[in-house]
Amino acid sequence: MKILHCPLNGPRNISEFVYGGTVSTMPDPAAVDDRRWAEYLFIENNTRGVVREWWYHTATAYWFIAERDTATDTILKTYPASALFGAQQAGAGP
Amino acid sequence: MLDLLKLGLRGGRPPRQLPATPALKPTYDVVIIGGGGHGLACAYYLARNFGITNVAVLEKGYLASGNTARNTTIVRSNYLTPDGVRFYDESVRLFGNLSHELDFNIMYGERGHLTLAHTDAAMRTARWRAEVNQHLGVDSSLVYPDDIARLCPELNLRDDVRYPILGALYHPPGSIARHDAVAWGYAQRAAEMGVEIHTHTEVTGIRIEHNRVVGIETNRGSIACGKAMQAVAGMSSELARMAGFRLPIRTIPLQACVSEAVKPFLDPIIVSGSLHIYVSQSARGELVMGGSTDPYPLYSTRSTLEFKEDLMMHMLELFPFIGSLRVLRQWAGMADMTPDFSPVMGLTPVENYYIDAGWGTWGFKATPVSGTCMAETVATGKPHRLCAPFSLERFYDYAQVGEKGAASVGH
Repeated sequence: MKILHCPLNGPRNISEFVYGGTVSTMPDPAAVDDRRWAEYLFIENNTRGVVREWWYHTATAYWFIAERDTATDTILKTYPASALFGAQQAGAGP
Repeated sequence: MLDLLKLGLRGGRPPRQLPATPALKPTYDVVIIGGGGHGLACAYYLARNFGITNVAVLEKGYLASGNTARNTTIVRSNYLTPDGVRFYDESVRLFGNLSHELDFNIMYGERGHLTLAHTDAAMRTARWRAEVNQHLGVDSSLVYPDDIARLCPELNLRDDVRYPILGALYHPPGSIARHDAVAWGYAQRAAEMGVEIHTHTEVTGIRIEHNRVVGIETNRGSIACGKAMQAVAGMSSELARMAGFRLPIRTIPLQACVSEAVKPFLDPIIVSGSLHIYVSQSARGELVMGGSTDPYPLYSTRSTLEFKEDLMMHMLELFPFIGSLRVLRQWAGMADMTPDFSPVMGLTPVENYYIDAGWGTWGFKATPVSGTCMAETVATGKPHRLCAPFSLERFYDYAQVGEKGAASVGH
């Protein structure tokens, strides 16, 4: 079984988690045009290498960030969302 | 037949039928990146339908070594969206005649295809699919447990299981084929018409001038081209990045396995969207089994125990007597998953550069129709009518083709 280190719950089986997509910045919905918004919604970098992603621990409803290598299937680092976005955003999800 | 007898008496290997990889020419009219079923089919139809034969197919591994070799060989057209049904039905029609067309036995076997429903919601989807299918002239209907018992007596239809079978979508034209033979057949006939097939030739860059493709860099040197087409499922985003654009695709592994061979007992192809399984028995007697895609994106073809545990849990409920069978082989392919479970075909932001991608879990069954569509698209510069709904531009127009008839997708 593959283990993912959850910042809240420690090492857990990866089947307890849900992948939430790569971390990206949402454009301002009021200001953005349709094309740019479609790009934000549907178009992916789909990087082969190290990516920064949202993951979710289902049992405790906890969102956090993982850095993962998509070529080698290794998780390099996990940390709370607050480390990236500051305390007010922590736990808000992607 | 006589040749086979002579070969048997003489011993040794049969002669190589496909020409060896030639030296790269400086220029081609069309370069096809990806020597799998889709790329080779496109090359064949470019030569046959349009007389375009100054074509190079570039394959980084050996011939058809990607997802063409890694699928579970199911062919069907009982999809849900009218666009999907029309497209895949043309594929079923082409597949049915492919052995004759290519004079190459692809071992096409019409087995019948049962999509099991275990919930009211799945029954509703099955009825919906049957109605759409029938409206478009596809042989497809909703059947109930007494019909299923007649079509597949081996299936466990008892109701004291976790997910009792309430009914199924029955699609008599559902078939399986020898996947490698499809690629070999297209390759051989294309090569006879002058198409060059370059294996172990990896693309390292795409040369673009004034937003128009002019050449391809490879590990064996650079070539100029009039047009280029990519058909490299799994690596589509990486190649598109070389051409300077991004795709609505996540690369996610799709795993499968086969059991040891046993006497024939399973005639139809059995699929369950709710349980995430599909299984058929190959001509060799092996049970070919697949499940849902992996839970997260990955550029890898590794296999996992979790996948087999999930799969077998449901397999044993459907066929309790296979509990003593052993797994013979396991593998994975890298699937191009799109948000609407439909492919990405046709024009790209780069002029004269075409794409055949987003083939998720539905690529093999589309091999002949994608070949004919992409050949016309490349030759004329305009999308073929059957693949027009699957353009990359649909995501910018918010006109997705939500295909809930795709395999490995929960409904």
